[in-house]
Amino acid sequence: MSAHFRHLLYVMRENPVTFFSFVLFFLLMALGLFGPWLAPYDPLASDTANALRPPSWAHPFGTDNLGRDVFSRVITATRLDLAISVAAVSLSFVAGSAAGVCAGYFGGVTDKLIGRLTDTIMAFPLFVLAMGIVSALGNTIENIVYTTAVINFPFYARVARAEANSRREAGFVEAARLSGNGHGRILLFHMGPNIMPPMMVQISLNMGYAILNAAGLSFIGLGVRPPTPEWGIMVAEGAKFIVSGEWWLAIFPGAALMLAVLCFNLLGDGLRDLIDPRMRT
Amino acid sequence: MKSDSLFLIGRRLLQAAPVVMGIIVVTFILTRALPGDPAVFFAGPAADEKSIAEIRASLGLDKSWPEQFWVYLQNLSRGDLGKSISTGQPVMEELATRLPASLELTLMGLFLAVAIAIPLGMLAATRPNSLVDHLCRLVVTIGVSLPTFFTGLFLVYIFYFLLGLSPAPLGRLSIIHIAPDHVTGFYLIDSLIAGDFEVFRAALYQMILPASTLAIFALAPLARMTRAAMLGVLSSDFVRTARASGLSRKTILWVYAFQNAILPVLTTLGMVFSFLLGANVLVEKVFAWPGIGSFAIEALIASDYAAVQGFVLAMALMYVLLNLAIDILYTVVDPRIGLEG
Repeated sequence: MSAHFRHLLYVMRENPVTFFSFVLFFLLMALGLFGPWLAPYDPLASDTANALRPPSWAHPFGTDNLGRDVFSRVITATRLDLAISVAAVSLSFVAGSAAGVCAGYFGGVTDKLIGRLTDTIMAFPLFVLAMGIVSALGNTIENIVYTTAVINFPFYARVARAEANSRREAGFVEAARLSGNGHGRILLFHMGPNIMPPMMVQISLNMGYAILNAAGLSFIGLGVRPPTPEWGIMVAEGAKFIVSGEWWLAIFPGAALMLAVLCFNLLGDGLRDLIDPRMRT
Repeated sequence: MKSDSLFLIGRRLLQAAPVVMGIIVVTFILTRALPGDPAVFFAGPAADEKSIAEIRASLGLDKSWPEQFWVYLQNLSRGDLGKSISTGQPVMEELATRLPASLELTLMGLFLAVAIAIPLGMLAATRPNSLVDHLCRLVVTIGVSLPTFFTGLFLVYIFYFLLGLSPAPLGRLSIIHIAPDHVTGFYLIDSLIAGDFEVFRAALYQMILPASTLAIFALAPLARMTRAAMLGVLSSDFVRTARASGLSRKTILWVYAFQNAILPVLTTLGMVFSFLLGANVLVEKVFAWPGIGSFAIEALIASDYAAVQGFVLAMALMYVLLNLAIDILYTVVDPRIGLEG
């Protein structure tokens, strides 16, 4: 058994919360991949004779104002919600770590320029900036992805910069330089793998925020359009019925959203324990 | 206040200048990034070639980018943010009339969060692994994972629909009450000035749920930071020395530990405010609160362009101002600054 695997088992046994988050993570992934086949009903099929029914055996999460099965819609929505945030986080991870590593490794003007860029983005309240960018680029799902990537860019750039900066004079970097590697090779094959662990933690902690942000944008009517099942827009549509007591329309997709965010936040804490045992709290 | 504090404050004010410049450049870029031709967009669907050309000239879009930026700066310095298409009013005016509603709500939320988070974090830090500590951890974990709009709707369902304790989530005052005379724009303050306690109570009731929603959201990072900072300070050498010198528990906690632990919490407060300004937009939608967030959402849906950009600029400037205020407070509070002077 490899040391890593043993350590993983140890962390799981020691911390049931991390174990729970791993289980939740695999459940989310399964729903994201196989959701459309697992849903008992067609998420778009309306049945007005059965509108606004409370949760029952036939419809565990009840039905909405058009008689659509809320359970099926919540399950089907997993894929879209995860896809948006995974795409956004991947973009900002790639761009942010590239920029951050260059800033930390080269220093000087590169560092100043990239630092100025991240500072400017961070000078805005991020959700508000997201609203502004979506309005400028146009109201589509792709633009929600780009926008979420832009507002998360500084987090990756900062972590990558700090990690690269502390390693620019490290022995293995000097050795690589002396054996005739160019800057590109050093950054990609020597620096890159070394800053991966803290970046993975950052990804996991950031995923939750990306999901919240994307769902918030669709809650105010940007990006995803009805009748597409998506958690944020389902909560928005269900909001009208809360005051008359039909709680299940908004509460179930909202709870799914909360569980997904909770899962990634706990996973991030767990990964940090796994990667850096010193930071364990 | 010592003279070196003043010097630090002055330097901090200068440092804000490039940030403000950056914000203005970004909002300018956003106004020019319209998909398609802005002139066609502003002219409306019924416009012909001639009127589009006129609008292009009137918007200054026939000039080069640096010239356009110069015009943009001049307009900004006059407080001119353009006209809102949907209401026909200048954006500046629209934002100014709605700002007090948003500000009152956000500040109330922040106040509630601070009032709960700091004692909670301190209690958790002084009693590690006690019930309070576990409660603190639970609040922190759940708090960061709750979507604000979901919390808001959940509270509405419990306190309005099930328990009937709170008024309908429809704005700042129910229709049976008349808004107090405008002095500050804050209903809570204005009603007290007018001496109308009935309206004060109504406005307060109306505000409890949305402010709590914001507070639940802001609570988590503040409590987490207070706990961590307090734990760090309590295990430091100077606290050990103070304890060994026989100072009372109360003195150590409030005079020695608290003053030092509050500094990182103040820094976190800036970040929390950034999140709150965003969360405020969502909460305003849930509670039909007539603030600038609701205005921005309507503008976004109607593609009312100048209004959205004005909103983004106003929020960013507000955030810069708040960060400035926090930094100034920091220099005043920090026990290490001023000792050398």
